[in-house]
Amino acid sequence: MEFVLERYNYWIIIVLMMGGLYIVFESQNLIKRLAGLSIFQTSVIVFYVTLGKVAGGTAPIFIGDMHGGHGDDHGGEHHADDKAHGAAAAHETTDAHAEGDHGHGEAIVDAHGDEHATDAAHAVEAAKDAGHATDTAHVASDLHATGGHEVVDAVIYSNPLPHVLMLTAIVVGVATLSVGLALVVRIREAYGTIEMDEVRDADIAEGEAEGGAA
Amino acid sequence: MNMFADLVIAPEFVVTHAPALLVLVPLLMSAATVVAPNGRFAWVMALATSAFCLWAGVALAAEVADKGLISYEMGGWAPPVGIEFRADDLNTLVVLVITLVGLLSAIYAQPAVAREVRSEKQPLFYTAFQICLAGLLGISLTGDAFNLFVFLEISSIATYVLVALGVNRDRRALTASFNYLIMGTIGASFFVVGVGFLYAAMGTLNMADMATRIPELQDNRVVQAGFAFILVGLGLKAAMFPLHQWLPSAYAYAPSFVTVFLSATATKAAFYALARFMFSVFNPSLDFVAASLIWVLAPLACLAILFCSFQAAFQLDVRRILAYSSVAQVGYMLLGLATGTAAGIAAGMFHMANHALMKGALFMAVGAAALNADVWKLSHFQGAGRQAPLTFAGFTIAGLSLIGVPLTAGFLSKWRLLEAVMGVHWWWAAVVIGISSLLAFIYVGRILEAVFFKAPIEDAPVIKEAPVAVLFPLWVLAGLNIVFGLDPSLPLGLAQAGAQAVLGVDLGGVQ
Repeated sequence: MEFVLERYNYWIIIVLMMGGLYIVFESQNLIKRLAGLSIFQTSVIVFYVTLGKVAGGTAPIFIGDMHGGHGDDHGGEHHADDKAHGAAAAHETTDAHAEGDHGHGEAIVDAHGDEHATDAAHAVEAAKDAGHATDTAHVASDLHATGGHEVVDAVIYSNPLPHVLMLTAIVVGVATLSVGLALVVRIREAYGTIEMDEVRDADIAEGEAEGGAA
Repeated sequence: MNMFADLVIAPEFVVTHAPALLVLVPLLMSAATVVAPNGRFAWVMALATSAFCLWAGVALAAEVADKGLISYEMGGWAPPVGIEFRADDLNTLVVLVITLVGLLSAIYAQPAVAREVRSEKQPLFYTAFQICLAGLLGISLTGDAFNLFVFLEISSIATYVLVALGVNRDRRALTASFNYLIMGTIGASFFVVGVGFLYAAMGTLNMADMATRIPELQDNRVVQAGFAFILVGLGLKAAMFPLHQWLPSAYAYAPSFVTVFLSATATKAAFYALARFMFSVFNPSLDFVAASLIWVLAPLACLAILFCSFQAAFQLDVRRILAYSSVAQVGYMLLGLATGTAAGIAAGMFHMANHALMKGALFMAVGAAALNADVWKLSHFQGAGRQAPLTFAGFTIAGLSLIGVPLTAGFLSKWRLLEAVMGVHWWWAAVVIGISSLLAFIYVGRILEAVFFKAPIEDAPVIKEAPVAVLFPLWVLAGLNIVFGLDPSLPLGLAQAGAQAVLGVDLGGVQ
């Protein structure tokens, strides 16, 4: 039971997806079909957001020291790496991370403030071993070198990449929906109805009339 | 070895940036076309765009033939982080087919669109065409899984609009487009769910990067579920049986130019994407991929070939005959893939190129007949061979190629396919190919019989010879069917090199 309950987000996805598909295929009303399609697409968006969520993670906005070696220097190779991994990790962790699995990640790390860099690296390794859970997460730890030794000032971010992908998918979905609604308007003009069965009847009647004439 | 080098002289800039330009130029030109003052001006812009695309496509093919794999880093961000465009032997064939058919159908477009689309809508029509072209080329070139989804939707949304514009001739175009929109969006969403699963398991969206990780994760359920979603999603887009229901209506009621362009390119691009995922990202040495090839793809391909050829034989509308035949032909291509051997993939890709040439020519000829008289029924075509001999001679050549008569390209690709299925001892598949060739003979034969041997019915609209703008692309396509039937080295060479490249790389990665 606990197994079922703690995966509630997946249940939401499944319900939305199946419900959306059911509406698409069951409804005769074209607008309702489009609504079903939108619900179906929403389930995909929720699915991706689930992928990007890190337990305890905040929005992936950089709030630390901009000059920590991974600031907003856009051309920077390091920054590019970090972006892909969804993790703004310091050099040490990045190395450990990248060796193992290119940092593509399955890491679920509870990194707390003031941890040592090496510990964070271990945590990443351990999380990687923990396997390929579907609720992928990325750790975004922000490391500073203060004084002589490394102190981790870790902030956990959700993985921004799925969110970015979904922004694109939302745009695509809106475009599709608007084209679909425009089509419904034209169908209404041409047939005087937006019920699929009535449209079909009209087509069949027309086809028979043609057949009779020919 | 470089067969394109003499054909094209392109400046260094075009050669280096060909992958980006192939998508960028049609996309930017489409925006410019919106403000074109009239349909003719918009047509010139679309023509220029598609001519440039063919030129850049040939330049790209020459470069790939010269140097092998080309990886183009978008914006200078190196893969797997940045979005990568990859061109190898497999997709240069697809790019060449799309750009060639794009240019020829753009030439054909002027008389067809002038007749079928209202004049104030024509600039927007050509805009949608160029967006569709950009999307299809993007599908063929991108090396990034999510990017592929975006291009898939760019081309699809443009396609819905193009299909719906057939409303001036037949209001059923609207419902056809609506159904296509619903099915296409579901297909794309399935694909994107599959990509999400793969991303969850591997944390990468780059297709080449995925390919290196998948072997070690092959027992992972997440990866397997991702594969299933991608197979269904792209199968919908490629009109894989039984997910093809949207296709016959969409092809039958779209403006004839759109049908020519789509039948030769849209399902082809999706088919290529399917092949890319099956063999380049995943590969048949994985158990679940091999199982789905034999137990899902091969039976569905055979059913498509038989069932849709059968349906084609009973249609009364010429466009529907050809549309159902298209689904059957997709079945041939999928059967080639299902063998999982280099010979099979090469045969599938070769048949894809040939099918684009013959279906393009067939739909052009049918559309040409409709230019003068709005006819689509088989009975209306009676005696048309005498009134429009040049149009229907082209139609006949492409039709014979569709049946698979020797000396045509269709014969060679069917022969290759037979060899491939016999190579894996699928005698039942060989039987299916034989039966469906008979069915193809029946449905093409019915049209030819009406065209050449039946007296025209009284009071039927008179079909006249098509204008040169229609005859030229029609005869180029029909001529290519003969040329490739005699010397298939260009498409077949690319298909074989592509097949070996995808399998070779992956087999190396697994062992």
